[in-house]
Amino acid sequence: MENNNIILSVKDLVVKFKVRDRVLTAIRNVSLDFEEGKVVAIVGESGSGKSVFTKTFTGMLDLNGKVTNGEVWFEGKNLMENKTDEDWLKIRGKKIATVFQDPMTSLNPVRTIGYQISEVIIKHQGKSKEEAKKEAIQLMERVGIYNAEQRYNEYPFMYSGGMRQRIVIAIALACHPKILICDEPTTALDVTIQAQIIHLIKDLAKEYGFTTIYITHDLGVVANVADRVAVMYAGQIIEYGEVEEIFYDPRHPYTWGLLSSLPQLGEKGSELFAIHGTPPSLFEEIKGDAFAPRSDYAMRIDFEEEPPMFKVTDTHFAKTWLLDPRAPKVEKPKVIQNLHEKLLALTAKGGIYGEH
Amino acid sequence: MSTNQEKEVLLSVNHLEVTFYNNKKRFRAVKNACFDIYKGETFALVGESGSGKTTIGRSIIRLNKTSDGDILYKGKKINGKLSKDDQKEVVRNIQMIFQDPAASLNERATIDYCVSEGLYNFGLYKDEADREAKVDQALEAVGLLREHKSRYPHEFSGGQRQRIGIARAMIMEPEFIIADEPISALDVSIRAQVLNLMNKFKEERGLTYLFIAHDLSVVRYFSDRIAVIHKGRIVEIAPTDELFNYPLHPYTHSLLQAVPMPDPRIEKSKELVIYDESKRDLSGEKPQLREIRPGHFVFANDREMAEYEVKLKEMEEFKKANQ
Ligand SMILES: Nc1ncnc2c1ncn2[C@@H]1O[C@H](COP(=O)(O)OP(=O)(O)OP(=O)(O)O)[C@@H](O)[C@H]1O
Ligand SMILES: [Mg+2]
Repeated sequence: MENNNIILSVKDLVVKFKVRDRVLTAIRNVSLDFEEGKVVAIVGESGSGKSVFTKTFTGMLDLNGKVTNGEVWFEGKNLMENKTDEDWLKIRGKKIATVFQDPMTSLNPVRTIGYQISEVIIKHQGKSKEEAKKEAIQLMERVGIYNAEQRYNEYPFMYSGGMRQRIVIAIALACHPKILICDEPTTALDVTIQAQIIHLIKDLAKEYGFTTIYITHDLGVVANVADRVAVMYAGQIIEYGEVEEIFYDPRHPYTWGLLSSLPQLGEKGSELFAIHGTPPSLFEEIKGDAFAPRSDYAMRIDFEEEPPMFKVTDTHFAKTWLLDPRAPKVEKPKVIQNLHEKLLALTAKGGIYGEH
Repeated sequence: MSTNQEKEVLLSVNHLEVTFYNNKKRFRAVKNACFDIYKGETFALVGESGSGKTTIGRSIIRLNKTSDGDILYKGKKINGKLSKDDQKEVVRNIQMIFQDPAASLNERATIDYCVSEGLYNFGLYKDEADREAKVDQALEAVGLLREHKSRYPHEFSGGQRQRIGIARAMIMEPEFIIADEPISALDVSIRAQVLNLMNKFKEERGLTYLFIAHDLSVVRYFSDRIAVIHKGRIVEIAPTDELFNYPLHPYTHSLLQAVPMPDPRIEKSKELVIYDESKRDLSGEKPQLREIRPGHFVFANDREMAEYEVKLKEMEEFKKANQ
C-alpha cells in the first residue's frame, strides 16, 4: 500500500439506542481503519447504520443512544473517553467536520451567509472581523458562489439547495478539518448539481488534504468518489476493499445483491433482480449472518454462527462463510459478471461518455 | 420500429402553458409543451427539480390550472371547464402515484381506508363484501397481506408504503398512471421490487404510464420513449434507445453525463459537463420542437437544426467505425 497512515481507527464499536422500554442495537461490533488522505465511501440500505456509525466520531449520537463498547482512536486519543461537550468541541467541526443531506439543518435561517462563515473563522482561527470577512469571501468563491461579495450579506433562503450545500462545505472548510464526513450530501439535489458538488468535494480534498468519509446509497456516486468502500448491512461492515475490488470482485452475497439490482444492468422486457425480503429487526438478537434469510447462497452455518471477516487480498475483506476454505465454490451471479464490459458497452453505444 | 401512425394516441398535450402568479410575479412553469402518449407505452418525462415535470403531471389530473393549450384524453379535452361527470371520469381513469409515499398517505387512517378511499369517493363498489374483496385483491397484487389492513402507514417501511400507494391507484382500475418519481425515495434493493411491480401491471392490464423522473438511469430500463424538459421547455423527445444513442440537445447531453455510472473505471475517467445556456450561441430565429428523424424531436431553429444534422452523421459514423 502506498499510504499506510491510519488517521482514525475504530475498534469493536457497539452502539445501542433505548426506545421506550426496548433496546435497539444499531452498530454491532464494527472495526475499521481509515487511511489518511483517502476517500472512504460507506454504502448500505436505509437503517443499516451508516449515519450512526460516523456520528460516534464527533459525539453526535441522539440522547437515547450510547456507545456501549469499543474505541475510536484519533490523534493518539480514544475519543470514546470524551466526557463533556467541551471535549467534543475540540474535535467536532474543528478536526472532524460533517456535511449533512439537508443543508438547512446546518444553517441558521436568520443569520446572513457571510456571518455564518466568518463566525467559524473568527472562532477557530482567531482572526479579526475584517480578516474573517476576506477569507469567507475567498471560501465562497472557492466553493463556486458567483458574486460572493454581494451574496455575503444574503440569507440562506435566498440560496438554492445546491448553493446552500456549497456554503455548508465552505463552513466545514473554514476550520481546516482533518476529516470531512459527508452524509448523503447530494441525495436531495438534482443529478447535475450532484455531479458538481461531488467534483468540488474531491477537488477540495486534494487541495486541503483532508480525509473524506462519504456516506451514500448510490453505487454510481461510490464509483465516482471512492478509493475504498465499506458495505454496511444491519449494523455491521460486511465487506471492505478498494473500490475496484468491490465493483469487479465482490465477495459477499449482499454486495452481489446490491450490484445485481442496478437498473443499468436491467434488460428491457425482463425483470430486474431484486433482493427479496426486508432487513432484520435490530431489536432482536441476530444469529449467524444477518443477511442469510434474504440470501440465495445461505448455508446452514449462516443461520447458526456469525462469520468472521475473511481476508481476500491485503486490502479486501468480506464477512461471509462462502470464503471459508470448507465452503463450496460459488461464483457471483451472472448479471454482475463482466460488469465493466457491460457498462462500457452501454456507454460506448450511447453517446453518454463518447465524444460530443 | 412501427411508425407513429399505427399507434393509438391515449393522451395528447398541445401547446400547454402553465403560469403561476406569486405576488404579482409571473412565472411560466410550462412553456408550449407538446407531446403524445400512446396507449400501452411508458413515456418518461425527465428533468431537474423545478423544470415543470410535476406541474405537467398535475395539470393532467386537474390539480393545476392550465393557462393555455389543450390536454386531450382519448381525443376529448380534459383541461379547463368540465362537467361534474366528466371530471369524475378523468379522476377515475387517470391515477397518480407520488414520490413521497409517506406524504401521500393519511397517517391516521388504516391501510384498509387508505386503499379504499377512491372506491368510497366514487361509490365504485356494490356492497361491503365487494369493497373488501377489491381491497384484498389490490393488496395481494402489490405483495401485501390481508392482515395489514388494520395497520397504519407509519408501521410500514418506505418500500411497503410505496406499494400501498400503488394499491390505492390500482384499485381504481385506471387506464393511465402518472408515476411522479415513485422510486427516488427508496433504497436500491426496494426500487427494483417496485419497478418490477409496475412493469407487471403494465403487461397484465395494458396500462399506460407517464413516468416522471430526474434520473436517466432508471428511465432507460423502464420507458419506451423519453422527453427531456429544461426550465419548463421540452428540449428533446425520442424513443429510449435513440435518445441514449443519439442525444442531440446539449442539455440532454449534460443530463446523461451527470448520472453517475456504477463503474469506477468509467466514473474516474469521466469529465464534468456543465450546461450553461448563457454560453450557448442562441442566434437565429426562435427555436421550436422539430422532428429531425422519425420520432426524434429536438428544440431548435434552422441554424441549430443544421448543426444537429451534422452531429447525427458524426455519431452514426463513429458507431459504424466502432462496431
Ligand atoms: N435516536 C434514535 N433512536 C432509536 N433508534 C435510532 C436512533 N437513531 C438511529 N436509530 C436506528 O439505528 C439504526 C441505524 O440508523 P442510521 O440512521 O445510522 O441508518 P442509515 O444507514 O444512516 O440509514 P439512511 O440511509 O436511511 O440514512 C436504524 O435502525 C435506526 O432506526
Ligand atoms: Mg443516514
